[in-house]
Amino acid sequence: MAKENKKTKNTQYLTIKEEREIAKSNRKIMKQFERAKNRKNVDESEFTTQMHDPRNVIEIDNLHTYFYTDVGTTKAVNGVSFKIPEGKIVGVVGESGCGKSVTSLSVMQLVQGPVGQIVDGSIRYTTSEGKCYDIAKMPRDEMRRIRGKEIAMIFQEPMTSLNPVFKIGDQLDEALAIFEPKMSKNEVKARSIEMLEMVGIADQEKIYHNYPHELSGGMRQRVMIAMALICNPRLIIADEPTTALDVTIQAQILELLLEVKNKINGSIMLITHDLGVIAGMADYVVVMYAGKIVEAGDIHDIFKNPKHPYTVGLMRSLPSLSHVVTGSRLYSIPGQVPSPVNLPDNCYFCNRCEYSFDICMEQYPPDYYFEDNHRAACFLYDEKYKDLDLIKPELPRNLTDDSESIMARKIPQGRVVLESETDGFGG
Amino acid sequence: MSNNQVPETMLNNDAILYSTEMNKDNLDRNVQNNSNDYLVQVKNLKKYFPAGLKGTTRQYVKAVDDVSFNIPKGTTMGLVGESGCGKTTVGRTMLRLYSMTGGEVYFDGQNINKLSRSALRKLRPRMQMIFQDPYSSLSPRMPVGEIIGEAVREHNIVPKAELNEYVAKAMNDCGLPYQYARRYPHEFSGGQRQRICIARAVALQPDFIVCDEPVSALDVSIQAQIINLLQDLQNEFGYTYLFISHDLSVVEYISDTIGVMYLGSMVEFGDKKKLFAKPMHPYTQALLSAVPVPDPDFEMQRVILEGDIPSPVNPPSGCKFRTRCQYATEECAKSCPKFIEYESQHEVACFLYPQE
Ligand SMILES: Nc1ncnc2c1ncn2[C@@H]1O[C@H](COP(=O)(O)OP(=O)(O)OP(=O)(O)O)[C@@H](O)[C@H]1O
Ligand SMILES: Nc1ncnc2c1ncn2[C@@H]1O[C@H](COP(=O)(O)OP(=O)(O)O)[C@@H](O)[C@H]1O
Ligand code: SF4
Ligand code: SF4
Ligand SMILES: [Mg+2]
Ligand SMILES: [Mg+2]
Repeated sequence: MAKENKKTKNTQYLTIKEEREIAKSNRKIMKQFERAKNRKNVDESEFTTQMHDPRNVIEIDNLHTYFYTDVGTTKAVNGVSFKIPEGKIVGVVGESGCGKSVTSLSVMQLVQGPVGQIVDGSIRYTTSEGKCYDIAKMPRDEMRRIRGKEIAMIFQEPMTSLNPVFKIGDQLDEALAIFEPKMSKNEVKARSIEMLEMVGIADQEKIYHNYPHELSGGMRQRVMIAMALICNPRLIIADEPTTALDVTIQAQILELLLEVKNKINGSIMLITHDLGVIAGMADYVVVMYAGKIVEAGDIHDIFKNPKHPYTVGLMRSLPSLSHVVTGSRLYSIPGQVPSPVNLPDNCYFCNRCEYSFDICMEQYPPDYYFEDNHRAACFLYDEKYKDLDLIKPELPRNLTDDSESIMARKIPQGRVVLESETDGFGG
Repeated sequence: MSNNQVPETMLNNDAILYSTEMNKDNLDRNVQNNSNDYLVQVKNLKKYFPAGLKGTTRQYVKAVDDVSFNIPKGTTMGLVGESGCGKTTVGRTMLRLYSMTGGEVYFDGQNINKLSRSALRKLRPRMQMIFQDPYSSLSPRMPVGEIIGEAVREHNIVPKAELNEYVAKAMNDCGLPYQYARRYPHEFSGGQRQRICIARAVALQPDFIVCDEPVSALDVSIQAQIINLLQDLQNEFGYTYLFISHDLSVVEYISDTIGVMYLGSMVEFGDKKKLFAKPMHPYTQALLSAVPVPDPDFEMQRVILEGDIPSPVNPPSGCKFRTRCQYATEECAKSCPKFIEYESQHEVACFLYPQE
């Protein structure tokens, strides 16, 4: 049922007439979607469903989210499926523009409408009351009960989600009061202060009365986390939560996220382009490329035994890993991501892939499964082509058991012994 | 001993003294004003920005406060530190894009503060800068060929008749087909735009390029392309780089020497291998330990620093790092530790080490 604007032209430049035609048919499509979302008093059975595995907090299934722009339909998320088990952290990585944020916004029903619409797929979520809903089909009204309470979001730039004209305390109080109308003012405030304490803010009473701009970036991110956690969410979506921060502050915030996750026994969907952050935090990893998942699996599968040429390329282009091995040039993936408006019918990665062969130019590859739900969308792993003896991408050996790089990271603490103090030959 | 390994790029430069037998006096940088082993020498550089009034006294942001370093010809110095610590200001002040509050910068032996206008104008093309944001640093209304050719024409680098051919070569050197010369910046991706910025700098035949976070805004897969390009250009044309970044793994990869800044001051400077193998300053240690390692089996032994970076308007007395340093003593609040070279090519400012 994925609706696609057939009027999209294949060239980069459109005439005014073509643009008008696209806009006209877009309006029609968008109107339909908006009408469905704005319905009131919809019977719950319409969006009630069943989890495939009750141990999951959320199951995203074949999600398609498109943007109907005047230059054509942007398929920002184009068939994404993954799940987040209870108490686990799932990392989502991929190039800028590959659809990480749109995936997370879809889960929150926060995709910028009317241009952006979830056009197909389901997002199954079980509430704390044990009801299972399909967020993709939920009307806007109903979603308000889940968003912010059950599923909370932490954004990259905290300034965009903290209101600059209200005090920190008022904003925290409000976030809680919406969902807990029965709580008294004092109870709400006590809880806000408690949350500020939990995220490691020392002077809670003072910060409670501060405005967002009076805080540093790291402090604002702490406040954001406090606000996200105030209703005891079951799922936290963190979209690049530390990208705007310095490494030392990033280390503080990541430590904090892990700590609070364990305290509330929640799950986290962690979006970042920093593979180092993922390696330190995630249990499972999803690798996205041009709106699709190209590889997914357990953290060890992805880092030690990646299968998809893109994942392998990504790992190999990291300066911290590759130079230990080669001592010379960095590996780099040539070329660029295809435009999300004009996606080819074949493998989206084939213009950059050094392993591509005939079939890659003809079709988009299906998912191939390895052990433990490790999967990759790449024809190299099709049994049909086994006889071709295709070369498969591999990490250099030193990368898979990188004793050397670990050695290089034994960092001394405090005063170190000087050369001059060890009869001239120490060190 | 691995600490004494010399980066390959430096081996050819026999004027640089690495061997362990060398005694320290020979390395004293202060007597080398006119030596030409160093392309760039920065001495006690200061840059204060006015930051309003407090009562009746004028307040200043001490963005750069007494920073000194030298960069040998044909090598890369990395400059790392948290945002706002003054990295960009160092780069811009060195190129005289900002006026200096104090200190001296020597370029190829000449004190650039003492140069006449016309002499400085001549020097300008030899010192270039590449910026973090490839989106805002290119004029949107000029085609790429024009962007690259503009300054070339202005500085009469090649005769007019050869301009097009020259621009084509510069573009080619940076991995841009000449067919793109008539396109506008908005038609390019982030990585390609950064190539355009590099081509613009390269076309002026510089000796020294300040790269201010040139890959921070780019994706990992594109980052590697740009880093390789910068290295290829260095190998071919012998450029000297000041490479500013907050990403330590990139800096480790590309640099020969590294300076670590904190709140306007240099706290540690050293040969890359030494600095990474044996970071001496507690801040450098914390910084290195905070870098996420892309290996799930790696047990992070992070030194989590407490608190935030203090305001550069009112930096702490004595050692500026003392408010976050777990080794701080009373002495650290009273006076500033001296920046001392403890081992060849490894300098630190910290009271954990003898001050003599
Ligand atoms: N409001 C919008 N209108 C039109 N297109 C959009 C909109 N928001 C996102 N897109 C498009 O959707 C695609 C996916 O964007 P998304 O923000 O999910 O990327 P991302 O993976 O989060 O990237 P980044 O790492 O840069 O945050 C992009 O091609 C983007 O241009
Ligand atoms: N043009 C300016 N006017 C006033 N203050 C500035 C200016 N540029 C930088 N600063 C201040 O100087 C300090 C150092 O900034 P900068 O060199 O940009 O840091 P970095 O590049 O290390 O992130 C910061 O506190 C910043 O706010
Ligand atoms: S399907 Fe073909 S082109 Fe695509 S990643 Fe696999 S080998 Fe490369
Ligand atoms: S001088 Fe003192 S406060 Fe500063 S880094 Fe050294 S021990 Fe820490
Ligand atoms: Mg995003
Ligand atoms: Mg800067």
